[in-house]
Amino acid sequence: MSDIEVADKGDGKKRSKKLSTKVDMTPMVDLGFLLITFFMLATTLSKPQAMELNVPAKTDDTLDQTVVKESKALTLILASNDTLYYYIGIEEPEVGFVDFSQSKNVEPIIYDRQKAVEAQYGDKDELVVVIKAMAASKYKNLVNILDEMSITQTKRYAIGEFTEVDSMIIYDIIQEE
Amino acid sequence: MKRSSPSIDMTAMCDVAFLLLTFFMLTAKFRAAEPVAVDLPASRSELKLPESNVLILSIAKDGRVFFHVDNQKVRMNTLVEMGKLYNVTFTDKQIQDFSLTESFGVPIAQLPSLLDKSPEERNAIVQDGIPMDTTGGKRNELSDWVHLARVSDLQLSSTGEIESKGIRIAIRGDGFVEYPFIERVIETLQDRKINKFNLITTLKGAAGIGGTGAAEEESDE
Repeated sequence: MSDIEVADKGDGKKRSKKLSTKVDMTPMVDLGFLLITFFMLATTLSKPQAMELNVPAKTDDTLDQTVVKESKALTLILASNDTLYYYIGIEEPEVGFVDFSQSKNVEPIIYDRQKAVEAQYGDKDELVVVIKAMAASKYKNLVNILDEMSITQTKRYAIGEFTEVDSMIIYDIIQEE
Repeated sequence: MKRSSPSIDMTAMCDVAFLLLTFFMLTAKFRAAEPVAVDLPASRSELKLPESNVLILSIAKDGRVFFHVDNQKVRMNTLVEMGKLYNVTFTDKQIQDFSLTESFGVPIAQLPSLLDKSPEERNAIVQDGIPMDTTGGKRNELSDWVHLARVSDLQLSSTGEIESKGIRIAIRGDGFVEYPFIERVIETLQDRKINKFNLITTLKGAAGIGGTGAAEEESDE
């Protein structure tokens, strides 16, 4: 690196040129950033994200199992290919399905149901969402629906077992598809 | 007119670069070598997994289960106890190697031969996952691993050898694994009366849409 020297020192005699003490730092900066890049890629900076899941204690005693009133329940069924079926009520169920590849598609259903439950019982937290996963559904669907539970602030939800009754209820709508 | 030199003094920039480098080296932890790739699902939960005393069950896309305990002492103790339970003897060297093995997924009968292999050889073989089937009176190995890891954690923390407030159990499942595989792991945990655990996810890109984190996620059932 050459600095412009002010040669004029008055007497006009040429002095022996002192070697500059400055070192070119550019390669060192290159090296520094190279190492930074390496460390950023090779290490885990952030701690992993986690959701908490509580499941009911296993019991053989059927008396201990919670029975949910039909009028308070909303059943969501996770199926293959990011499809989500839902039904309300059992005797004359209101059945439908949404494309769950965009997980927020399910929000209107939950909000509508919350309003209906609030109108009937005066508290939207009375709603119980029962989540049932079919064997062909993917784990990410389950994570997404649990995530939606926290987004819609649904306090009461449970993961239930997909049964014959459920498959009969959604059978018609699968046929129509 | 005096022309200023076009070259810039890089010393300051160099200082910054090495300061950052030092910061990264001190704060970051090396990514553990995983025997299997897991494509995590995304969620908007902002809860963080604790750094220490965690037991992670990784579930690969094809349903194989891998076992991971971060504390080395707990890991060694668990292996010794498992050896007693299944009548598998481990040499001191194998136990030492196991304490350096971050994660594994083989039936316990195959574990000694896995531990004899060098890390490169281990990467080359496909691990079958920890068996959970109980057909023909077999024990559920995953269940025993989880149980003995908890017992070891409790023992070692009561004697003051490690500092722990109970081991935290987390499931690290691949987003594309089919639900029955996850269900089986959850049932295994339930059978051991573990009804509270974490699901490891990545943060969903779309920030600021509603998500309030996992604090309110606990249901009262």
